[in-house]
Amino acid sequence: MASGFSEHADQIDVGYVAHLARLQLSEEERAAMQAQLEQILAYVDQLKEVDVSDVTPTAHAVPVANVLRPDEARPGLDTADVMRNAPRQRDDQFLVPKIVE
Amino acid sequence: MEFEAIIGLEIHVQLKTCSKMFCGCANVTGRAPNTVVCPVCLGYPGALPVMNAEAVRLTVQAGLLLNCRINLFSKWDRKNYFYPDQAKNYQISQYDQPLCLGGSVGISVDGTEREVRLTRIHLEEDVAKNIHFESSSGVDFNRAGTPLMEIVTEPDLHSADEAYAFLQALKQILAYGEISDCNLEEGNVRCDINCSVRPVGQRELGVKTEIKNMNSFKGVHRALSYEIERQKRVLSGGGTIVQETRRWDDVAGMTQSMRSKEYAHDYRYFPEPDLVPVELTEAQVESWGATLPELPAARRRRFVEAYGLPDYDAGVLVAEKRIADFYEEVAQACGNYKAASNWVMGETMRALSEANMEVDASPLRAEALAGLIQLVDQKTLNMPAAKEVFQVLFTEGGEPKAIVEARGLAQVSDSGELEGFVEQVLEAHPQSVEAYRGGKANAIQHLMGQVMRLSRGKANPQVVLDLLRSRLDG
Repeated sequence: MASGFSEHADQIDVGYVAHLARLQLSEEERAAMQAQLEQILAYVDQLKEVDVSDVTPTAHAVPVANVLRPDEARPGLDTADVMRNAPRQRDDQFLVPKIVE
Repeated sequence: MEFEAIIGLEIHVQLKTCSKMFCGCANVTGRAPNTVVCPVCLGYPGALPVMNAEAVRLTVQAGLLLNCRINLFSKWDRKNYFYPDQAKNYQISQYDQPLCLGGSVGISVDGTEREVRLTRIHLEEDVAKNIHFESSSGVDFNRAGTPLMEIVTEPDLHSADEAYAFLQALKQILAYGEISDCNLEEGNVRCDINCSVRPVGQRELGVKTEIKNMNSFKGVHRALSYEIERQKRVLSGGGTIVQETRRWDDVAGMTQSMRSKEYAHDYRYFPEPDLVPVELTEAQVESWGATLPELPAARRRRFVEAYGLPDYDAGVLVAEKRIADFYEEVAQACGNYKAASNWVMGETMRALSEANMEVDASPLRAEALAGLIQLVDQKTLNMPAAKEVFQVLFTEGGEPKAIVEARGLAQVSDSGELEGFVEQVLEAHPQSVEAYRGGKANAIQHLMGQVMRLSRGKANPQVVLDLLRSRLDG
């Protein structure tokens, strides 16, 4: 379970979740989100009332497995097309703010 | 106080496939930036990934080679984080149902053999490469989407030497298994280190630090040697170790604290909705197991049996797959198995090591070396001349016969030609002649050397020896 959520929906840490999503929320927004997210979680919580003890958990909504392709290479996009919408670029690379490690 | 180090490794290995993990872009290195990309590996919204069947097979085969249990049901998950090495803001990986579980690798350090346990092997997509400019960073997506196998060890290693031996052993197996080229210069194998120390006898683990993105085994050895000593020093001085990620500075020869990342490890994994699970059958896994390439130990036995090599030769030759492949080509082309072994173990490996080069990167071709061995066998060349030809083959390539002709190196076996030299030498060195006849058998070596010198190294030593003997003993 992601650590932004505790066992009980009413303890969701909106500030933490917002930080993980790189969202900057004002105090008002945070309060609004707090209430809304708790409502959503409470709604989803209703699912817990269903007895699923006889149901096998699935990883996917559809019962399909092994959608594989053969290992064959084919041409991709033209570099000029790839770079066309880049806000900033240099030497055919996308430029981003300097990464500080 | 006595301390012991506890080390675990996470090794990322790029698989040897034709195409990427989830799209049909070629899996190649060394291309100009952003020339091997498509909507899937660029992370365009709406582009859908499709699994590469070969990547699944190779990972399962790696699992079989490394004694893992193969998970017949495995699935994909999203690992969410923000960093400009991928554009989707998540990496497709396997979280709770990886392809392989457990496993082990045998290592030998200071004559002691033991097993290092593996935790798991999962498959994921490699990320883009960042290039750093003065005031910005560039993103090249060519590497993004390369099939990447992550091998996680248990915290079973206790020294830099053990970690190094483990990585060498792992690389040998994966190269032999044709799972990966394991070319470190190309970034095929990268490694993260987890390291802590604790007082000997203490049960609970010490606080660990992580050293990320090591791309050489020597680097891992140096980084661990440094980090273990650093932690011991801190603890001995009454300090505490901070759980953090450290960077290895190869030039300074030390690890340095990286800006600690808040919440750095909350990746909020969830099942990848764009990909269905992988379900394998026992029969499929068995059939993949049946087609595994020959491993070093088996190849060593075969070299002894099929080529009649001493076990020592076989061991040296099989240590690296590319050398073993090269040896087999030479041996089969020239037919003289032991001579081929001597040339590969001797001149070839020495020259490669001096040039710090892989065998397939040198101009020396197996058939050229085989040709050289045949010229020696046919007595066209004596050893010093053959070594001279080898140097040319190694540095420039070419045909041995052509080199012999161009340089006039062919051995002179015609006794008529050599008799003249022998005559001159006997006249010029009466003391050696006397010494030999007086019972000093060694004196003949000096006379031989003189004849070889006169022939400028081209005389057939056996013919010279016979001529000298017949003149001196007669």
